Amino acid sequence: MAFSTVSISSKLGIGAAILVVALILAALLAVLWRAEFNSGLGPADWSAIRFTALQATMSAVLSTLLAIPVARALARRRFRGRGLLVTLLGAPFILPVIVAVLGLLAVFGRAGWLNAGLAQVGLAPVSIYGLHGVVLAHVFFNLPLATRLLLQAWQTIPAERFRLAAQMNLTPHAVFRSIEVPLLRQILPGTAALIFVICLTSFAVALTLGGGPSATTVELAIYQAFRFDFDLSRAAQLSLVQLGIAGGTAALALWIIPTVSIGGGFDRSLHRWDAQGGLQRVLDILAIGLTTVFLSLPIAAVVIRGVAGLAETPAAVWHSAGVSIIVALISIVVLLSIALPMAGWIVTRPRGGSEAVGLLGLAASPLTIGTGWFILINPVADPFALALPVTALINAFMALPFVLRIIVPPMRDTVQIYGRLTQTLGLGGWPLWRWMILPRLRPQIGFAAGLTGALSMGDLGVIALFASPDTVTLPLQMYRLMGAYRMDAAAGAALILLALSLGIFWIFDKGGRWHAQA
Amino acid sequence: MLRLEAAEITQDTFKLRADLSIERSRKYAVIGPSGAGKSTLLAALCGFIPLSKGRLLWQDNNITSFAPGNRPMTMLFQDNNLFPHLSVQQNVGLGLRPDLRLSSGEKDLVQNALSRVGLGDFAQRKPGVLSGGQQSRAALARVLVQARPLVLLDEPFAALGPALRNEMLDLVAELITETKASLIMVTHAPEDVRRIADDVIFVANGVAEEPRPAAALMDNPPQELRDYLG
Repeated sequence: MAFSTVSISSKLGIGAAILVVALILAALLAVLWRAEFNSGLGPADWSAIRFTALQATMSAVLSTLLAIPVARALARRRFRGRGLLVTLLGAPFILPVIVAVLGLLAVFGRAGWLNAGLAQVGLAPVSIYGLHGVVLAHVFFNLPLATRLLLQAWQTIPAERFRLAAQMNLTPHAVFRSIEVPLLRQILPGTAALIFVICLTSFAVALTLGGGPSATTVELAIYQAFRFDFDLSRAAQLSLVQLGIAGGTAALALWIIPTVSIGGGFDRSLHRWDAQGGLQRVLDILAIGLTTVFLSLPIAAVVIRGVAGLAETPAAVWHSAGVSIIVALISIVVLLSIALPMAGWIVTRPRGGSEAVGLLGLAASPLTIGTGWFILINPVADPFALALPVTALINAFMALPFVLRIIVPPMRDTVQIYGRLTQTLGLGGWPLWRWMILPRLRPQIGFAAGLTGALSMGDLGVIALFASPDTVTLPLQMYRLMGAYRMDAAAGAALILLALSLGIFWIFDKGGRWHAQA
Repeated sequence: MLRLEAAEITQDTFKLRADLSIERSRKYAVIGPSGAGKSTLLAALCGFIPLSKGRLLWQDNNITSFAPGNRPMTMLFQDNNLFPHLSVQQNVGLGLRPDLRLSSGEKDLVQNALSRVGLGDFAQRKPGVLSGGQQSRAALARVLVQARPLVLLDEPFAALGPALRNEMLDLVAELITETKASLIMVTHAPEDVRRIADDVIFVANGVAEEPRPAAALMDNPPQELRDYLG
């Protein structure tokens, strides 16, 4: 169709896209300008690079491999609570990292439940700190993601194929080889690549469970150079390294990374005739049972300790909670005012291409952008005074790629269905948004806003760079309490943070669906 | 008068030529085999498909490159003529003002149009709770308030049963006569042509022919039309 199907102004959208690109590029140029190349990379830097690659590889491989039996079991079993479990697999997306870390510490930490059990039977305690702790936390977050991606792929297998397999009475092994292996070969590389990219820029996990010369990621090294040594040029240099590793890998992996569906659509469960035998049954029960325990124990630990710790939480925690709510709300406003015009611009263009702008936020890590902006702001204003707006803005950028993936497809459908009607009515500009796009997309906008709010609420990244004593978000406050070994108070704060993150997601998601017309 | 002058519409390998005039206050039926380009002709008139050659003139003004909303016409499609999230009143109101800031006079106009099509008591309902016939009536109420000189119908009643479809066609004919607009209507049914059309535009073999008087044509169809009617 040569004529545009709908008269959405592209000016605002292009403007928003340019703003995003400009703000990120400005940060990168600042980093480039400030980095000094004469010193080169020291042994500590090389060690950070090696550790970053090692932990990301291990996390990606372990998460993906472990996800295979879980997704397989979920794909072929129907049981009470299956829907709930699948929904729960989406929860790590809005679960604050620092809360999960506290939960993992309560289970696997020095005085945790696991070591208590080991001591009972006379075994030596295990330590969660270092490489295996970092990988454990990454698997905790990414096993559910991998499982959802695999499950999604599994559900694309036509029912007829399983019917055929049942008719030919194929053994489980034969079904696996003839139907499931070809599928896995398609989906596994992309899934592993996505997790690898996510883990490359891991900060909060490395900050809490890693550290020291042997377990420092590049992202953590930026923070340390910045915060402990206040060596801006070294931080800038490391930021460049990070950009090369994460940005480069993200760009390379882009074409194999599958589309992440964050929404629903997992409730369909095929009727399956295979794998009714004893061994397969036991394997599936084990896979589902162990995963459920692994994912829910740390959360249960946070809740149990948190309830006890609520009384211990100092007043500062409540103040930080207020700060975090404000940051999250600003992030939502910023995100929607960027994402909606951008989505409007994207849908008026042919498929592909323009969505890539949103991915820039992923290619450049939060601390890289943060360092860049610090360099830019420092000469003209006090960066610490701007901690909250900067945090809110960067959090919005980080959510942008996900949000575009949520909003663009339904907006494209809406424009396709009602484009001609809007044109015969001469509906354009603000009335077009007010009377068609916003009401049609309310559920998706609510979901996107909730997701952004939860991500921003739980984020422990840029705020750690910029924070001054009186501008502390709740995740940072929690981290400080943990650093001071006030674990009960930290658990109380974790419970509050957990409630706030889930709460803000729930309110916006529900608000979007409330009274929404089909 | 609307005039399509030496026009050609090209879509990929499909080509449709047309050179014809639409007179004021007349009703035209567009008939022809499936895939001959009936809907394409209407889409081109309405501005959804650009002309690759020729001009579209309205009262001797060249409107070939006008946006659909700025042309002297309104169109009803096969489906999606109403926004499901807006009330019937809002849907009709959009025909008057896209920003829906209706004055009390305009609100009266909307209410009168709704009463005229028999939906006076349904103003606050959403289209989803209306029957198929009522939805068609609501869309017609909007056409009424838009009050454009030309009304294009691309089989909007195709999904209705025969009795209901006749009822709608009669209502359309009444409204068109009242407002002295012209009607251009795509149809598959010869009985629709006899029921309301003054003239017929026959579309076949890549050409939209000049309008011919309906009654004479249907009583004594030329060979190609006879092939189509069967």
